[in-house]
Amino acid sequence: MDLLKESWTGKVSEVTIGATEKDGGTRNSRIKAGGEATLPYLFREGDMPHRPVVAMEVLDTEPTDWPKTLKEPFKDVLKDPVKWAVKCVEVHKAALVSIKLMGTHPDFGNKTADDAAKLVKDILRAVKVPLIILGSGNEEKDNVVLAKVSEAAKGEKCLIGDATEKNYKTLTASCLADGHNIIAESPIDINIAKQTNILITEMGFPVDRIVINPTIGSLGYGMEYAYSIMERARSAALIGDKMLSMPFICFVGQEAWRAKEAKATAAEHPEWGDEVSRGALWEMETAICMLQAGADILIMRHPKAVEETKIYIETLMKAKE
Amino acid sequence: MLIVGELINGMYKAVGKAVARRDKKVIQKIAENQVAAGAGMLDVNTGPYEKDPRGAMEWLVETIQEVAEVPLVFDSTKSDVIETGLRLAKKKAMINSANSDEEKLDILVPMAKRYNASLIGLTMGKSGIPRDKNHRVEHAVKIVTKCQEIGFDVNGLYLDPIVLPINVAQAQAPEVLESLREFKFLCDPAPKTIIGLSNVSQGAGQRPLINRIFLAMALASGLEAAIMDPLDKDLMDAAITTELILNKNIYCDSFLDAHRKK
Repeated sequence: MDLLKESWTGKVSEVTIGATEKDGGTRNSRIKAGGEATLPYLFREGDMPHRPVVAMEVLDTEPTDWPKTLKEPFKDVLKDPVKWAVKCVEVHKAALVSIKLMGTHPDFGNKTADDAAKLVKDILRAVKVPLIILGSGNEEKDNVVLAKVSEAAKGEKCLIGDATEKNYKTLTASCLADGHNIIAESPIDINIAKQTNILITEMGFPVDRIVINPTIGSLGYGMEYAYSIMERARSAALIGDKMLSMPFICFVGQEAWRAKEAKATAAEHPEWGDEVSRGALWEMETAICMLQAGADILIMRHPKAVEETKIYIETLMKAKE
Repeated sequence: MLIVGELINGMYKAVGKAVARRDKKVIQKIAENQVAAGAGMLDVNTGPYEKDPRGAMEWLVETIQEVAEVPLVFDSTKSDVIETGLRLAKKKAMINSANSDEEKLDILVPMAKRYNASLIGLTMGKSGIPRDKNHRVEHAVKIVTKCQEIGFDVNGLYLDPIVLPINVAQAQAPEVLESLREFKFLCDPAPKTIIGLSNVSQGAGQRPLINRIFLAMALASGLEAAIMDPLDKDLMDAAITTELILNKNIYCDSFLDAHRKK
């Protein structure tokens, strides 16, 4: 019996994050994401040139709402984002670091754009892996902060986010001028995802420097909804829809650790079992589902979840040989 | 859908003159404009008055292929002119057209197979213009049978249900739409379909309006391809919107622009 094979006419664009000395930056490595010409891991129907990557998340301010089990692996560095980033790379072998500038939010420290720019420069000096830079989510502040940060990191080909349908112009202009990649965010809505990409490209921004953040829900909190959106978008990319042909980034750590199932202690919920493995498992399970949906870049927090997810990726990619 | 640009046809005065004078620039501009507007293939017709159709076809194909990357459709009643085009084609071409007559099919189906080209099959023959849907299906059966006999892959067959002008053959329009659906049941895989869209409004008023509404209705009836004017922006918008409604492309607020970014 012959295996019925799909043949696709389109493919996902390839985004490069990080600039080495040759490219005018100071990174020791670059990451390529995307380029798929087939549905996730269906190697017999088309090429999947790059494996998904895991970025580890660092916050610019000590997290107040992290459970003990999540703080534990980083308890010595939580107050120092530079040391935290170094630990992610040197101890946990992170392929990328993602720095979230939560402290610049007016309600969470109101750090200045200059503070943020200095921190990013320090991190760039301390670690040599490609860098993802996230704003606080306060649009007005982000427009000021990310513009400054983009300039400070000029030439390093970072991935900076997020741009949204209603607020994309400032970040797009900065990323265009400073040579960075951009994260285009949509609220679990494929039509808005497509529209945001059109708005960004209409400013002259190259298609192959855009990464889609579809906004995910964690396990138990809307994960399947995100999966179906990513599946639809990826299928459209494979039949030639250029405005959905971008790699996906998923904020797995952020979403998974919202869940009470990830945070609650066994004392609070004995029926849920021990919290040490439970939290990391909740994060890992979310990651696995997103990988199956086509995620190219995962931003994760717990080292155990990161480690297990990387093993999972290796196992999936083995079938390529 | 597959849009075949219809504008490089010698019966248009400017084109006819350019062919006679071998004026490359005129032809190349029309080719480029059609491709930029979304044509996936370009129809090439030397026109009825050309004295040396083979020479003209050769010149047209070379001229167009200098600037356009899309495949070509060779439009002629003469098979030697079609073959001239096929010999020079850089990409998988299309033959426009055979009908259900044995003599025509015996030449053009093997030719399509030999050159790995697609073939348009008009569902009419010596008996004249088909009366209704059933008559069209009869002609279609003859064409499909010949393709199967000769071993021509039906995936390359485009049946044309013969679109007639709405002001002289109004009752035929619903028959054409029905035929587009009926043809799909003739074999598996099903043959594709194509229409010469502008025929529907030939000699009528409100030509652009009639063209775009008919195209929308034909697409909803399963049409895959049309020979039409891609420079008619309202027509192209109608095609894009129809495909959106048929759930062929994902909606976004700028869906018309999105399509043009493809």
